[in-house]
Parts: sequence; structure tokens; C-alpha cells
Amino acid sequence: MALYNETVHELHEKLTKKEISSVELTNAVYDRIDEVEDQVKAYITLDKEGALKKAAQVDARIAAGEAIKPLTGVPGAIKDNISLKGMRLTCASKILENFQPIYDAHVIENLRKDDTVFLGKTNMDEFAMGSTTETSYFQSTSNPWDLSRVPGGSSGGSAAAIAAGEAIWSLGSDTGGSIRQPASFNGCVGIKPTYGRVSRYGCIAFASSLDQIGPIVRDVTDAAIVLNTICGVDAHDSTSANVPVPDFTKALKQDVKGMTIGLPKEFFGKGTDPKVAEQIKLTAKKFEELGAHVVEVSLPHTEYAVITYYIIAPAEASANLGRFDGVRYGYRNMQAQSAPEMMAATRTEGFGQEVRRRIMLGTYVLSSGYYDAYYNKAMQVRTLIRQDYQKAFEQCDLLLTPTSPVVAYPLDAKMDPLTIYMLDVTTIPVNMAGLPGISIPCGFIDHMPVGAQLIGKPLGEETLLRAAYTFEQATDFHKAVAPLGGKK
Amino acid sequence: MSITAKDVKHIATLSRLNVPADELDKFQEQFNQILNYAEILKKVDTTGIEPSPYVLPTSNVFREDVPQPGVTHEEAMKNAPEEHNGGFKVPRVIE
Repeated sequence: MALYNETVHELHEKLTKKEISSVELTNAVYDRIDEVEDQVKAYITLDKEGALKKAAQVDARIAAGEAIKPLTGVPGAIKDNISLKGMRLTCASKILENFQPIYDAHVIENLRKDDTVFLGKTNMDEFAMGSTTETSYFQSTSNPWDLSRVPGGSSGGSAAAIAAGEAIWSLGSDTGGSIRQPASFNGCVGIKPTYGRVSRYGCIAFASSLDQIGPIVRDVTDAAIVLNTICGVDAHDSTSANVPVPDFTKALKQDVKGMTIGLPKEFFGKGTDPKVAEQIKLTAKKFEELGAHVVEVSLPHTEYAVITYYIIAPAEASANLGRFDGVRYGYRNMQAQSAPEMMAATRTEGFGQEVRRRIMLGTYVLSSGYYDAYYNKAMQVRTLIRQDYQKAFEQCDLLLTPTSPVVAYPLDAKMDPLTIYMLDVTTIPVNMAGLPGISIPCGFIDHMPVGAQLIGKPLGEETLLRAAYTFEQATDFHKAVAPLGGKK
Repeated sequence: MSITAKDVKHIATLSRLNVPADELDKFQEQFNQILNYAEILKKVDTTGIEPSPYVLPTSNVFREDVPQPGVTHEEAMKNAPEEHNGGFKVPRVIE
């Protein structure tokens, strides 16, 4: 298999044994980027010079006999809403087209301590608002499994980069499914940790009570490796959980005996492609064969989840995006004659349509006279949704659902916003309840990957990883390579 | 309840946005579609239910009141669209 298609743990072993150098590996990935990037368009910004410089430093450390961490010298890609000093930070928006960040995100600080190599910043839906990566100001990304289809979103660039061999590991962010859904559409593993597991410091805020950073990678072991580096409490984020971070790789055991996995019936009926439902049922059957106990459960408030999310997330976004006013940084309309005119013109020209739609929707549901009917009501329903999951977890260790009710669909499908929002139904409740969720490859429909979502209890990442690992080791789905995924 | 074109313009003003003329009808239609769908929330009995954003038990997080290094003036001005005498320059605020 080509170097650029290997996993972090395989490459770490090769680096440790001095079979390859980090410079060699980094060059192999950039050669691959040169080969396929004009078709995939996964990246907004690349930094080959900086990456090779870091790789050379790592090689010197290895040559000197120093011990290295699993991510040391292994090149990865970062979603372009995560602040990395030295590379522009755009959020795929015109309003930040030339913005130079002045500090590192907490996750980047941690990754730098590991001496990892940063390839560049990946494409995404503008301000992470979308499910297709088509709302990016710069470009649409293609799905390496079928270039005429979307890679999902909003972390579509990170997932497509992994599937196309343009990165070894990547980071995404997940507010309503933005790690898990693109991971599923691209045949990758993607995990959204428990809300609070990872500091949000330096991840440009979309909906602060829902946002969480996590890895998109090639297998469950790599997910555990990246989590080990990025998790932990941070003084800069008061919502980060002050709890011990375990060594997640220790959870990678092939054993689900005695585990109870719940199948929420609401995700297998109307709205879910029957072929996807079938694949998830086969996944459940596999878990049974491996020794788990599978039961049907019900999450009765599921039908309210989508609209509840599309009230709460825009409300938070309307407040968070108030800072983009053209005064201190970013794009500015230079023709306006007064400050208020300048701000309105700047925001109208600087934000794309989906972002403006959500800011306005959020402003409306928070406005005087409508706050109780929409925002407060949604926050109460959010509690009920969370209680559904709490009840299910009295009986189950994990829940199993489709990651998305559909496989990747054609680019430029021209669906109205509400139709697209409805497709987030499987991932949204997990953010609303603050739970950890992982998407793992579990099959194919007409050559397109299908993802299974496992949902865990709060801080239950280890159980999640153990079950995912057990399934992965018993199947071959994660080994499949996208048609644009390069040579085996 | 239905959102009028006038409402859309009012929401835009509150949001510090303009609505381009060619987007007004579409935005109005889409807001009505989404807010009509939100009517299903009326079916849910939420009497006595507390709104709750966080899953982990969080309370106030404090730190020692000791000065920490902050952003330098130079860094703070690095991305300024217009600068004047070391400050951010904006168009006229008061008539």
C-alpha cells in the first residue's frame, strides 16, 4: 500500500524503526496532493514549506535516538475553523479570506507538543453551517468515492482528504454531525467526543453549547491516538471537563461480550433509506455474533430534534457571529459613509447566503415577543431529548443508528434548506444531549460507503472505542480504498 | 403566524444585515417554511421542564486573579482593515 494511504499507527512504527523518514512521508503525501487535489479540492490552504521544515526537525530527533509520540512526524490536516498560528484562518468565508490568526487553538498547542506535521487547512461549509461543504466561499469539495457527489459536511474537506490519500489524519468539528456525517460519506472513522472532552479554545464558535472538535481518520486505533493528544481540561474553555483523560488506546480490546446495544426504532423507519437501514441491521447482527446483546429501544422525542436544533444553533450563531463587523479584522466594505452602514454592508457582502439565513433565523427566535415561543421552548425540548437518551442508557451500554439516513448524494442537488436540515436527524440529538458518537464504516450501497453511528454515555468514549474496534477487527469495510484513493 | 417581507427587513436590521432585493422573496418563503415546521413543538408538553444546555455538571469555573500574558498591541492590530494612530479606524459614527 502507498505510504499516503497508511494509518497513523502503521506509519509511526515505520518511523520508529527508521524504515521511512518523516520528510519522505510528508513528500509522499504532497505528491499525492499534487496528483489529485485539482479533482478533490479538499484544501483551502497548504503549507508544504512549513511541513517539510517540521518533518526535517523530527527526522533529526529520531536520528538522535529520541523517543517519539504516535503523531510525531505524521502529517495531518486541520479543518479551517481551527486556529493554527502561521496559516490563514478563513472558516471558508469571504469575511475571513485573509485573516491571520494570532494564537493557536488548544488542540493545536497539544499537537505541537507531539511534534506533528501540519499539511494545511481543509475546506468546509462556511462557518461550519451546512452538510455538503458546498456553502464554502472558495470551492466545493468532491467525494473521492464518486467525484460527482458531495463529501458531506461541514468537515467535508477533512474527510475527503483522508479518503483521497491527501492526509494521514485530520481534525474536524461537529455541531450537529459535521464530523460523523462526512466520515460516513467518505468511508472514514470520525468521532465527536462528549461535550467538554476537548477544549473549544481557538475553534471559531458556531453554536457554543454544541460545538466539539474531533478526529476523522482511517481506523479506530488512529481515532484513539488523536483523542489521546487533543482531550483534556483547558483554562481557556470553562466548559472543558475537569476529568482525568484515560489512555484511549487501552480501550482497544476485541470484546463486546455482555454489552447491551440499543437500536432506537425511530431511526429505522420513515426518512431513512431502507438500504441504509438494512446495512445497520446487518451491523447489529454482527455485534450479536460477536457476543453483544441487541435490544430495540425508543427515543420518543426524536421527531422534534431537527427543528429544536435549527432554533438553538442559529440562535447561538447569531450571537457568536456578531463579532464579524469589519472593525477589527476581516473583510470591510470601503464605500459606506457611516459605521452602521459599513457593518451591514460588510456582513451582507462577507457572509454567504446560508450563514445570513441562519443569523437572521437566530435573531428572530431570540427577538422580543418570540423568545419564549421558540428559543425557550426549544431549550425545554432539548432537556426532554436528553432524558430520552438517559432512559435508554439505563438499559443499554451503547446505541446503534445509521450515521446518516442516506449515502452521499449528487453535488448541486438544489434541495431547499429544510429538506437538507432533515437529513441531520440521526446526528443532531447526540450534540443536543452532549454525548459521544462515533461513525465507522459498515458497508456499501452501489459502491458508496455507509456509516454506522455508535452513541455512548457521557464520557463513555472508551466503551464506544472498544465496540467500534471489535466490529472493525471482525470486518474489512475500513480497508476499502476510494476509486480516487490511489494504489493499494 | 406568517412572516411578511417587512418582517424579513426588520430581522435583517436587527442582524446588521441588508437583504438584497433578489433574495427577499426567497428568504421570506424559507423562513415561513421553517417556522411553520416549528409549529410541531406546540404538541410537546413542556410544563415544568427546565431548559438545560449542558450534559456534564458544570458550575462557575474560577482561577486565581493573577495577570496572564495577553495579546500584544501589534498583534491585535495585525488584521485591522484600517488603522489610525495605533487604533482601529472606522467611518463616521455620529452625524
